[in-house]
Amino acid sequence: MLLRRDAVVILLADRPPDLLTIAGLGSATYDLAAGDDARNFYLWGAMGGALALGLGLARAQPSKRVLVLTGDGELLMGLASLATVGVQAVQNLAVAVLDNEVYGETGGQASHTAHGIELAAVARACRFREAVTVRTPEALGGLRDLLLHAPGPVLGVIKTAASEVPRVLPERDGHVLRRRFRRAVLGERG
Amino acid sequence: MVSGFQFPAQDWRADIYAALKRQHIIQVGYVPDAGHATLIQALHADPAMKVTVLTTEEESVALLAGADLGGERGVLLMQSSGVGNCVNMFALLRSCGFPFITLVTMRGEWAEFNPWQVPMGQSTPQTLERAGFVVYRVEHAAEAGAVTEAAIRLAYDSAQPVAVLLSQRLIGAKAF
Repeated sequence: MLLRRDAVVILLADRPPDLLTIAGLGSATYDLAAGDDARNFYLWGAMGGALALGLGLARAQPSKRVLVLTGDGELLMGLASLATVGVQAVQNLAVAVLDNEVYGETGGQASHTAHGIELAAVARACRFREAVTVRTPEALGGLRDLLLHAPGPVLGVIKTAASEVPRVLPERDGHVLRRRFRRAVLGERG
Repeated sequence: MVSGFQFPAQDWRADIYAALKRQHIIQVGYVPDAGHATLIQALHADPAMKVTVLTTEEESVALLAGADLGGERGVLLMQSSGVGNCVNMFALLRSCGFPFITLVTMRGEWAEFNPWQVPMGQSTPQTLERAGFVVYRVEHAAEAGAVTEAAIRLAYDSAQPVAVLLSQRLIGAKAF
């Protein structure tokens, strides 16, 4: 089984300078924080909002690549945003779902994906240009190309082990995170 | 750029549209709504506007936070029932100091025909206030543009969540 943290390291190795990353609340935020960067924006709440937030950012910054990194539970809460993104057909938006099939923050209860609900199939039905599910380390190189370079919207589900990895807790003050991100993207205007 | 859409003469929605343009609003999120229908048509006809049709209003709280992270101003157009859909997502605004502006068409208050609209309509002002919003209200067509513009300036110049309630008396109660 893939380990979530290892998968994120491979996806974001030598990250391109124009890559902006949003992390959904919970483990995705800890995984992204393991490679902290001013171009990361972490959500500590707003469950179900990561994808819609990524859409607003992608539309505001069409020359940059926006990657939303989130978990299966977070995406399920905002599942309809896949349809909203599909309507807009944003070319610079990608979604990576770390799918461990459990709600890791709350005691490991099974999520819908443990019962065969296929997020990649939902994304394809919502007119994502490509949506795939990967389960092996060998598939991560191709997934990285898809998420960072292919015309969006694209989505990759990464099936990971449900085991916990050490938590890396980023800054919790949202005001600090907002200012830091805006300065990184907008310079003086931020 | 301006909208190719022609508003009816003396339409207060034209004043709101002009206020959005003067205050550099670019992104618009909306859930289809009869009270906002004319404004929505005008915004879709304006190639400078980035208009996102939503499945639920809470999407737009996150959408416009993302727009702000990318340096663009936005507005959410919704009906009072949508305010209830947003409540947990509103926490994002205060947690991060995002500016936010929403224009809310009211139901359940003036000659309302549908009793199902009354509970959320009647609790809309308090719901917004408890979520930390500054709440303005428009009762008369003549003040719609000025109130909208002041509300946008407060939202973006002072980084506050601000709501403008467009009263049902102004919009006209829905006829069945």
